[in-house]
Amino acid sequence: MSFLANLFTRRQQSSSAVARDRLQILLAHERSAGEEGESDLLKQLHKEIMEVIARHVAVDQDKVQIKLDRGSGCSMLEIDVEVPQELSNKRAS
Amino acid sequence: MAADAVFGVFMAKVLVVTSGKGGVGKTTSTAALGAALAQSGQNVVVVDFDVGLRNLDLVMGAERRVVFDLINVVQGDARLSQALIRDKRCETLSILPASQTRDKDALTSEGVARVMEELREKFDWVICDSPAGIERGAQLAMYHADAAVIVTNPEVSSVRDSDRIIGLLDSKTEKAERGEKIEKHLLLTRYDPARAARKEMLSVEDVLEILSIPLVGIVPESEDVLKASNVGAPVTLSSPESLPARAYFEAARRLAGEKIDVSVPTEKRGFLDWLFGKKGAA
Repeated sequence: MSFLANLFTRRQQSSSAVARDRLQILLAHERSAGEEGESDLLKQLHKEIMEVIARHVAVDQDKVQIKLDRGSGCSMLEIDVEVPQELSNKRAS
Repeated sequence: MAADAVFGVFMAKVLVVTSGKGGVGKTTSTAALGAALAQSGQNVVVVDFDVGLRNLDLVMGAERRVVFDLINVVQGDARLSQALIRDKRCETLSILPASQTRDKDALTSEGVARVMEELREKFDWVICDSPAGIERGAQLAMYHADAAVIVTNPEVSSVRDSDRIIGLLDSKTEKAERGEKIEKHLLLTRYDPARAARKEMLSVEDVLEILSIPLVGIVPESEDVLKASNVGAPVTLSSPESLPARAYFEAARRLAGEKIDVSVPTEKRGFLDWLFGKKGAA
């Protein structure tokens, strides 16, 4: 079976190539964001999205999760809002 | 040279050795580059800006000769000439130690500016050993610099911090504030050509591509560096034939303006060395 494992591992990038790619993506963001620019943007997005949601439903701040995944081409901002059970049922009916 | 200084041909050059990250070899490189430049006959002073955690004196073997320090001079408690320690092995090399007991807040911008001006008059090269970090201490060390040596290890966290420091050099120095460009030189230290060839370590090309500043030298990972600090000598004084020393000598020549290609110094290994697994010529 080891030859099969070899087939797969050979496709893997070398660790130095991984390091280079990670750095390039990270630094591209850090250079454009400057000092805390990006975290400010996130804070603002979080605040405004919460305001919009709060107009319609009462959601716990803790039930909102914001994640960011920086890629080389684009970044993904993921906002996960947990809507209370009874409310989502009411709207559906 | 002194003669040039009289005729105003040679302008003193202030160099900061910086990195952001700690433990990458700033102090070792300050000592080695300072000693290399001094051995070429230039008047060199190495200045320790790491207030509270001074170590340049120890690496240079001058720890028992410290009486006054940078803070004493900045605050006017001692004359510059009283605080300077002349190296016993190389008479054109001096050290200005940092204080071990005070903290960095004792350094005032005006005081540092005055001391730097005085050092410029006395020496051809003023080499400032920056503390780690990007705070006030590091910014004071870089503020008056004409040129910077950015010490970087081929490792992700070091490269990232170097990028940060490059950003500060371009915005928070006297030169940057005047709209001028500060000269920047990348010194890659603890480099292992064999691991880079096996793609287990960022290569010289990788680091250059990411940081995009000119390369001044590649110092290979070597036992000689620790041996030198053990005995309190810059590696360019204690074992000038060693690989790291050769790399530092070449880097010093490039800093002085010589155009020479950068290479990774390699060991000359004879057949017998190979047979018995010896690590090159001593």
